[in-house]
Parts: sequence; structure tokens; C-alpha cells
Amino acid sequence: MKLNYRVVLLIFATIFGLVFSLPSLTQSQSGAKVTLGLDLQGGLHMLLGVKTEEALTSQLKSIASGVKHFTEHNDILLDGLSASNDVVTFELLDEDDAVVMDEYLKKVEGTVVHSAKGQYSLAMTPAAIEKLKVQSVDQAIETIRNRLDQFGLSEPTVAKQGVDKILVELPGIKTPQEEQRARELISRAAKLEMMAIDEDRAMRANEMTEMEAVGFEDKLLEDALEPKTKHLVHEIAILDGTMLTDAQVGYDQNNRPVINFSLNSEGAQIFGDFTGKNVGKRLAIVLDGKVYSAPVINERIGGGSGQISGNYTTEEANDLSIALRSGALLAPIYMMEKRSVGPSLGADSIRASLLALISGFVLVIIFMMFYYGLAGVIANLAVVINLFIILAMMSLLGATLTLPGMAGIVLHIGLAVDANIIINERVREQLRLGSSTANAIKEGYAKAMRAILDSNVTQIIACTILYIYGTGAVKGFAVTLSMGILASMLTAIVGTYGIYQLFMDRIEKNKNYALWFGMTRKGK
Amino acid sequence: MELFKEDKIYNFLGKGKIFFVASFVLFFLAIGLIATKGFSFGIDFTGGTVVQVKYTDVAPISKIREHLAKNKLFEHSSVTEFGSPQEIIIKTAASTDGLSKDIGDTAKEVLKGTGDFEIRRVDMVGPKVGDELRTKGLTAFLLTLMAIMAMVTFRYEWRFALAAVIAIVHDIVITFGFVSYFEIDFNIESVAALLMILGYSIHDTIIVYDRIREHIQESKNTDFVMIVNEAVSRTQSRTTLTSLTVFFVVLTLFIFGGDIMIGFSFPMLIGVIVGTYSSIFVAAQLVVWTGFSVAGYRQNMAEKAKNAAEREKMRAQYEQGIV
Repeated sequence: MKLNYRVVLLIFATIFGLVFSLPSLTQSQSGAKVTLGLDLQGGLHMLLGVKTEEALTSQLKSIASGVKHFTEHNDILLDGLSASNDVVTFELLDEDDAVVMDEYLKKVEGTVVHSAKGQYSLAMTPAAIEKLKVQSVDQAIETIRNRLDQFGLSEPTVAKQGVDKILVELPGIKTPQEEQRARELISRAAKLEMMAIDEDRAMRANEMTEMEAVGFEDKLLEDALEPKTKHLVHEIAILDGTMLTDAQVGYDQNNRPVINFSLNSEGAQIFGDFTGKNVGKRLAIVLDGKVYSAPVINERIGGGSGQISGNYTTEEANDLSIALRSGALLAPIYMMEKRSVGPSLGADSIRASLLALISGFVLVIIFMMFYYGLAGVIANLAVVINLFIILAMMSLLGATLTLPGMAGIVLHIGLAVDANIIINERVREQLRLGSSTANAIKEGYAKAMRAILDSNVTQIIACTILYIYGTGAVKGFAVTLSMGILASMLTAIVGTYGIYQLFMDRIEKNKNYALWFGMTRKGK
Repeated sequence: MELFKEDKIYNFLGKGKIFFVASFVLFFLAIGLIATKGFSFGIDFTGGTVVQVKYTDVAPISKIREHLAKNKLFEHSSVTEFGSPQEIIIKTAASTDGLSKDIGDTAKEVLKGTGDFEIRRVDMVGPKVGDELRTKGLTAFLLTLMAIMAMVTFRYEWRFALAAVIAIVHDIVITFGFVSYFEIDFNIESVAALLMILGYSIHDTIIVYDRIREHIQESKNTDFVMIVNEAVSRTQSRTTLTSLTVFFVVLTLFIFGGDIMIGFSFPMLIGVIVGTYSSIFVAAQLVVWTGFSVAGYRQNMAEKAKNAAEREKMRAQYEQGIV
């Protein structure tokens, strides 16, 4: 028996396969492991879309807010300040303020200003709009990731897909209640606004129509606790959640959960200015378009902190404070695709596919042994090592094992022995022609090689295309299959050849073709 | 053990016309079925919602239908048993795009009062996603065919490539004719099966082609029909053995994989049978009909070899500084 490089390679491959597949098989804490797909372990998979056009609208509103604060601070008189879908318009009453005004507007980034005789209109440049769209998707991803991290779920995936889609995968979700909570947390706009109540017309709020309200540069908002009650507020907010620095759950005097928030210095300044000038009036605290409270301002409030009270449970207050801390979504998101698998179904799927995997495997092993004798045993050894290598490679790559991936492995077992069937048939053919064993093996491998290579290369090309154009589960299928093909080139072709070389002397000596190749050799 | 002991050469091509007629009839029957009956596309392609519910007792299907009929989203839904009498699948073309309350939550509310149940799976696909998947699936398929065509042309000849691609299309169309006939759900896993059959079919075909090429290069015989018959006969044992192992493996997948895998395992099962048949009786036969000439191929090869030798000679001369 002489060691040859092929056997050494096979031994290395075996060690590699065993060592790196061990963490996955024993489910140990350390080491790279194969992760089970959501279809196997249960969880929530969502593909979210982003309504980017709404980011534009709120950006314009925010610009209008800025204009309002600037002009009030500098005693500039404006009329008809409003933000529509794509433009902010107002009229400057005193032409003498034009210089100061133009100076300010020049500093507002990404806008084009048109002014004629005191009539101003501000629109965003196409480049700025494009940038905002990209930004709103990226910001949504960042925000959702932030929220999920704070929520404490294990291994959430939040990734951009295509240009404006977001993939969210949550393996930790076990119950429908948890799922609902996670969905609400993700989708919450968490847009906090402070708005002034229009005290002159507030009495008529419940009778007024939306159209009338718009006519007064006002907006009608629902009360969060009693949806029938309406509040009439000035359209342009005093400040919004972008100036928020912190939000924490606290308790009020009745021991009900509330959310305490604090503002940055700019926000505190605006807040202080506004409350100082509007003592006796009411200030509405608006979250996602609903009025949570509208306390009367008793005095100037410095320091920049406030409170949101609603009928919260501690859990709700906690989720809301997470949403506020992680910031508002620039644009609302919507569901494009959702797949949720309960853990019990996942367990069933694992059981079914393992059963298929094991029975398919046993069937092939028995057949090969029966048909080819020791040559079949050698081929079987190659298939077993092959399985370990697939598992090891998947662990190292951190690949995900999905249900179609399992099917891919099952199918691969059937195809992996094909290489050895081709080789063995060729060897038998050579032996029948009367070659010596050594020659038959050499010729058999050489001839089988060409066909196997041609076919494998074609298959890997097909897998690559499948990987590029496939989605989710199909990708997993392509990965397992192409890894299997690569591994089988090493084990089934190089490895088995090495084993024959190792035992060559013995095969030549005892000439027991029935034992070694499961065949009888006529007349020789 | 040996199933194929004798070095007998079967006259596969002699019966070519019979198989041609069989393939032809099956192929157009399948096209007819697909065109008229179509597929029962899963929600992956059409958009919609699938809810899988497991009851502790036998699922009260008529009661469930009554409850569902009252809700707008589930008005036109279908309810079918899934794997066991306790488990059902509700399918509807409707989907929702809100996150805070989705169609799964609605299903739970609607089913209240039908018994003790657990919602095990909710799959919802919006209408846009399905469209994208369809175009992507088709692109993947066409690209793969083109890649195979290029690969086989490169390694063999264009007539072989053309025949291989026709054989693949033949296999896939007939397989999916069966999928249409048995109303198996066509979903994203079926696309994987389709590409898998494609891979399997080309693999089988290449093994036979390799033998043909070998015989062309090694024997003096110029009768292409005889060469093909010999090649197919010689690969016979391998084709049968591999097909049997793969068939049994797919069969276990079909039996134990359950209803959730049927979109994959059923087409695979049919595809393995059709793929094996076509690599024996169709792929090689087609090369003969494309008018492949052994003498022409040999001449081409000789010319290529001559050119290569000439280049080699020139290089050698150049290196020695003669030119």
C-alpha cells in the first residue's frame, strides 16, 4: 500500500468536512453554523415597499415649518404659507424684508426659488428629489433595523432588495401576538409633531369640513382616545420629531405609563419661543396624525422636554418609545409579500425532509453496494464525505438551509453517485475487453472524466443563472446543488481513484472481480 | 451484479419513427393542455394569500366556508384539505398592504368559532411581486437554454447543441403537460424543478453525446447511424442505473416530502422519466436528422489539428529565431 496524492487530498477533504460540519451537527454555541431557513425553523419573512413620494410631501412641509419659524423669529410678515404636493408657496407682505428672506431661502438645500412681486414659490430640484427617494429607503432600513435591535429579537435580517424594497426576516417570532407586535413596531411612522391649536375657530372644529379647514390654513385632526372628537390645528407644525433626542417610558401621578421626551437645543429654543408667546393658548401633541393631548400653555417652557400620555399598556408605551427614539420613517412602508411559518410547521417540514433524505440515502447506498461490490462501497464512502463537505462549506459561508435546499441535497445524492456509475461502467467495459486491472481503472477514469466534466460545467452554469435570477428559497437550492457538484468532483472522481491506487496491488493479486467490481470476467 | 452483460448493440434508431410519433403526439398534447387548461399558478405568481390552518379535531370545512363567505377578503376563497383531515389550506386572490393589521389577522378573526385551531402558515404575495417573478423565471429559463446551446456548440457541434435544446424543450413541455393535467400547484419550487429537469436532461444527453464523439474519433466507421446506435447501447447500463437511483430518490421525496413539496417533487418525478426517455430515443436521433456528417466532422477536426500544428510549428520557428 502506497499513499498517493489523491488519497491525501481525500483525507484532507474528509477532515475539512468533519471539522467544519461538527458545529452544525451538534448545534454547539461556537463556530460557524448553517442557519435554518424560516420555512424550517419558523418565523416571519416580509418584503416591504417604501412610498417614497410621501417623503417628498413631508420634506416640503418641513421646509414650510422652517420658513414659518424663521419669519416669526425675525418679525417678517407672511401670508398664505402652504405646502402642497410639490411646492411651498407664500406671499411676503413687506418688500423691504426681501433681502433677508432671499438670504435665508438660499440656504435651504435642494430647492429652486421663484419670486415675483413678493409671491414666492419653492420647489425641490429633480436631483434633490432623487436623492430624497434613495435616502428615504435607506433611512427606513436603518430605522427598522434600529427598532428591531432594541426590540430584542434574535438575528433579525433587514436588507435592501432592488431599488426601493426592503427584506425583513425575523426567525425569532413564535406566536401570532409576537408577530403582530413586531409588524406594528416596524410600520409605525413615529412622526411626532407639536402643533398650535387654532383658538379663534377651535369651537367649531367638530362641525367643520376638511375643505373649510384648509381654507383657514388649518388642519383637522382626530383625537387619539376619542376618534369622534376633532381638533383644529394650524397646518404648519411648530416643530417635529427630528429634533427629538430621547424618549423614555415614565409614569404619571396616577401611575399610568407615559412617554417622556426631550428635544435638542434647536428644538428647545423653538419650543421656548413658542410657549413664551402663546401663554393661555393650547398646544397639541400629535403623533402619526392623531392628537394625544392638547394642554393649555401656562408659562414659557424652557429646557425642551415634554410628555405624551395615552391609554397605554407598559408594553405599548415601551414599543412607542423605541419607535420615537429610532426616529420617524421619512416615508410610509407597505407590505408587498409576507410569509409566516409557525414553529410547529417548521418542525414537521424538517421531519419530512429528513425522512426523505435518509430513506433516499439508504436506498442509494444499498443499491450501489449490491450492484458494484467493493467499488460500490468506495463510491458510497465518497457520497458520505461529499455530504459532510457540503455541510461544512455551507457552515463556513453562513448559508441558509431551506426546504428546497434540503430537496437539492436529496436530489444531489442521486446525481452524485452517477459519476461513480459512469466510471464503474467504463472500468467494467475495459475489464471485459481484457485490460489489466490497473489499465482498466486508468482508462475508465480517463474516459469517464470527459463526459463528467462537460456535464458538470454545464450544470454549474445553470446553477449560477438560477442563483442570479432566483429569489429566496430558490437561491438556497442553487447554492446547495452547486456546492454538491464541486464537492463530488473532488470525492467521486479524485478521491475514489486514489483509493483504487492504494489497493491496486491487492486487486491485481487476488483477481476477485466479483468482490471488487461486482462482475464476472468471462474466459480469462 | 450485472444487468447489462452482453456487448450487444441495439438498433435504437431503427425504431426512430415510432418514437418520433410518440414524442410528437405527447408534445402537442401537452402544449394543447397547457394552452387550454393552463396551470393552477400558486400565489407566488398570481399574488394572493394562502393560510394554512390546523385544527385539533377534524376541520369543519363547510362551516369554515360559511364563515369565510361573510368576509370581503375571503369571499372567493377556496378551502381544501392539506395532508390530513385536521389541516386545511385557504386560498384567496386578495392581499393586503398594511402592516399593522394584515390578512392573516383577518383570517384569525373570521375563523373564530369554527373550532380549536392554530394558524401554521400565512403566505401573502402582493400583485407586483408575482409579475416580477414571472419575468425573472422566464429570463432565467431562456438564459440557461442559451448558455447550454453555447456550451454544447463549443464542446461538440452546433447540430448537437440544437438537438440537445430541442430535447430539453421536449422534456420540459411534456413534464409540465402532466403538471397541468393533474392540476399540481405551479409555484416557485416548480421553477426550481423545471431548472433541475433542464440540468438533468442535458446531463443525460451529454453522456450519450460524449460516447458518440468518442466513437467518431476512435473508429473508422463512417456510418453515423451505426455509431449512434453503438454509443446509445454502450451507455445503456449507465443511463438505466442512474435514472433508477435518481428516480427512487425523487420517489422518496414525493412520498415523504408531503403536500408542501409536491410542486417540486411531482414535476421532478415525471421529468426524470421523460428526460431518460429523450436522451435514449430523442436527442441522438435528432442529431441524425439534422444531417450531421461523420466525414465532415472528421475533416473539420483534422483541419483544426492541422492549424494547431501549424501554429505550433510557426511558434517554434519564431522562438528559434528562424523567421
